[in-house]
Amino acid sequence: MKTPPRRKPVLAVASAGGHWQQLQRLRGALDAEEVFFLTTLPGLPEEFGALPAAIVPDCNQSRPVSVIRSAVVIFGHVLRLRPKVVVTTGALPGLIALAAGRVVGARGIWIDSVANAERMSASGRMARHVAHLRLSQWEHVARETQADYAGSVL
Amino acid sequence: MIFATVGTQLPFPRLIDALEALAPELGEAVIAQTGLAAGSWPHLDVRPRLAPKDFAAIFEAARVVVSHAGVGSILSARRYRKPLIVMPRRLALGEHRNDHQMATARHVEGLHGVHVAWEAEELRELLRRPGLEAAAEKTDLSPSHSALIQRVQAFIREAG
Repeated sequence: MKTPPRRKPVLAVASAGGHWQQLQRLRGALDAEEVFFLTTLPGLPEEFGALPAAIVPDCNQSRPVSVIRSAVVIFGHVLRLRPKVVVTTGALPGLIALAAGRVVGARGIWIDSVANAERMSASGRMARHVAHLRLSQWEHVARETQADYAGSVL
Repeated sequence: MIFATVGTQLPFPRLIDALEALAPELGEAVIAQTGLAAGSWPHLDVRPRLAPKDFAAIFEAARVVVSHAGVGSILSARRYRKPLIVMPRRLALGEHRNDHQMATARHVEGLHGVHVAWEAEELRELLRRPGLEAAAEKTDLSPSHSALIQRVQAFIREAG
């Protein structure tokens, strides 16, 4: 027996802390969708009612091994879920998820943290290669980095 | 109770030391989420890391929250409707990789319920000020916040 075709989910990715909180403030954009969350701290999805979800290892550029470890897990989730869209508020794990999304034909959106009021984050600058839409939450930062501006969560 | 939090990424001893010095005169318990920092703070209830559930419970129980100028702390203060005092980390003191917290502090100064301590000396007055105004989630989304949500929503719809 064939299972009915499943709706492709939206994959929503954010590191614990401010990135995650900003993603939660964009939940209104995800209401009509099937969403799967990825973050880096156990217990966070439950606390915010953001389920289903999985935890991935955190990483940063200064520790290349952590990036590889994190990327393996993130690619695993993306290949399994085959999302139609990847949306992330950062940081580096979100960038990796966008790259993984390209492999399965997902559209990708990077929303740079509102904390970056003077310059787009390093991950946000790299996201130009993998995201279909990049948003800064500051008009002047968007102008400087050829990103778009739509508004801000603050 | 006063809750101090510096996030999980980097220690912020300048803030924790200042609270340790103030604690004896405040007459109020101080719980400090310090990150993985080494230090001696006998007047503080030190918790290097907190599970999200415990973080939420302590945040909710606090009279006032003191934190680095992180966006997560600002959004938590709104979520739990608490007065928030932020002290920005400074690049020059090796407290972060750049000075974005100074920019954040400049931009949030004047937001409802967010109070900036540019220097540790300002903490005492803010912590002792009666009726320090609390942050609050607005009932309506701001036009800017709505516009951002609509843009993300439109992008997702276009993807099918």
